[in-house]
Amino acid sequence: MCAAFAVYSAVVYTSGTETPHLEPISEPARAGQQVFQEYNCIACHQFYGLGGYMGPDLTNVISKRGPIYARAFIASGSARMPNFKLSEPEISALIEYLTFVDGTGSYPPENYQVNWYGTVVQEDDPQ
Amino acid sequence: MNATTGNVIGIRFMRLGLLALAAGMLFGVIGGFQFLFPEFLQELLFTKTRPLHVSLVIAWIFLAAIGGIYFYLPRRCDLSLSWPSAATLHYWVFLVTGLVILACYVGGRFGGREYLEYPAVLSIPIFLSWIIFGLNYFRTVQKSREPWPVYFWMWGTGIVFFLITFTEAYLWLIPFFRDSMVREIIVQWKSYGALTGSWNMLVYGTAIFVASRISENPGVARSKLAYSLYFLGLFNLMFGWAHHTYLVPSATWIRTFAYAVSMTELLILGKILWDWRASLEEYQVHRYCNAYRFLFAADMWIFVNLILALIISVPAFNLVTHGTHITVAHAMGSTIGINTMILLASVFYVIREELPKSVHAGCSRYVAIGYRTTNISLAVFFAALVVAGLGKGFYDGESFQEMMQSIRPALLVFAVSGIALMVGLWVVIWHAFRLLGLVLSPEPVVGQASLQRDSA
Repeated sequence: MCAAFAVYSAVVYTSGTETPHLEPISEPARAGQQVFQEYNCIACHQFYGLGGYMGPDLTNVISKRGPIYARAFIASGSARMPNFKLSEPEISALIEYLTFVDGTGSYPPENYQVNWYGTVVQEDDPQ
Repeated sequence: MNATTGNVIGIRFMRLGLLALAAGMLFGVIGGFQFLFPEFLQELLFTKTRPLHVSLVIAWIFLAAIGGIYFYLPRRCDLSLSWPSAATLHYWVFLVTGLVILACYVGGRFGGREYLEYPAVLSIPIFLSWIIFGLNYFRTVQKSREPWPVYFWMWGTGIVFFLITFTEAYLWLIPFFRDSMVREIIVQWKSYGALTGSWNMLVYGTAIFVASRISENPGVARSKLAYSLYFLGLFNLMFGWAHHTYLVPSATWIRTFAYAVSMTELLILGKILWDWRASLEEYQVHRYCNAYRFLFAADMWIFVNLILALIISVPAFNLVTHGTHITVAHAMGSTIGINTMILLASVFYVIREELPKSVHAGCSRYVAIGYRTTNISLAVFFAALVVAGLGKGFYDGESFQEMMQSIRPALLVFAVSGIALMVGLWVVIWHAFRLLGLVLSPEPVVGQASLQRDSA
């Protein structure tokens, strides 16, 4: 069973989770990822429905609302989100990161198929 | 039987765990109110209260389970610890690292991923302390001349898989994982699913240990059903994590496989505890009144959680429940309803065995009040989260604010019942903490040889 677990893990690491249509993360987006972690944004926000429930899911915030909208929220805060007083380079990096995340897929899934036995196949799944 | 340092350190782990639970509940209540009133306690933002709450409650689960193992091996299984000083070292590493992590959270110094938000370098002492624990554990149980009961296997497996999955949780530090958002998020949740499975191994092993001791029937821990639970639990730990990531783009076979293996282990644990309760004599129920009632509660919560778990494990239903408060209800039902009830049963089993009846007062009225308050408020808390989750899941508008407004009544019930839940648990914690302190006391308790005196 342990050998099966090792093989299974290796397969999950390499072939079941690739996103072939996506460019590797850019340096500015990587910096934004770092900012996202340093301010613990995931405590309130989600990617793909995973994270906190205080604020909205951010997976597709760029394509749905646009980078200007996202920038304004980050820079000023809102009734539910304090102004973290991020610097301009930090905000730009965050926008880059959110743009990168947006390209990985859509959430909630828009095009999917439910099989008769209950599983779901999504348009964004790697084939 | 001679007592050793392990006995004392086991109780210290349990007491530290109780303190962590008490503090964790407080931060949970603060966070719950910040959910409704975001301006509440701005000095301690939700980005801090959430990790403080989660980390302290998880610390309680690990500390109480580890404390039980350090206590039961020498005191109840006739296996003195191979390396008593390492157990003390383990305790201090855990305590100091824990305090540094809490200070980082309060000071707003993050850098890690969800649930492990502290700066990644602090994972090193945690990892090393588990290596020490593992070596000590396996060297100790190796001395057993009999075939291992199932709880020895479960505890050992829990330790080994903690090390594997904790390491896996830090694969994001390697560019190959970090550079691919989908791969990284799936590997992260794969590790969390298995990490939960590893602490379930420690906790369910404790449940079977306590159940077998209360019934004075070692067969409970050597039955085919118990070993079935072990293998099914291990299978779930390894392969049953993907219900967390059904909606993340990934190969369909990963979802289908997880769907097939999900949640079967709870069914067997429920069956074991159900059969065990039916087998008890009246005097055993009365003798271990407090431990019995917490195991009884765990059994009830297993069935409630099982129904919810089975529903959210069906990918088609998961489309509605994923990313909603139903997931939180499932997590709360598991960590409070099942894990905490089992670990409190373990704590009260130790108290019953180590203190005379005149001191622990048998079925204490205050513990009973705390027990009832905890379980009733948890039921309301759980239901409020399910209602809020359904409201969010079926909301089809675009406005997050509007959705939050529509579920506000349910969140209000959730926050108020959270206070009752905290108060109920505090009553239980206070009594357990105080009585465990008597076990450690250098002053002899009437009619009982304390551990300190035994050690001397």
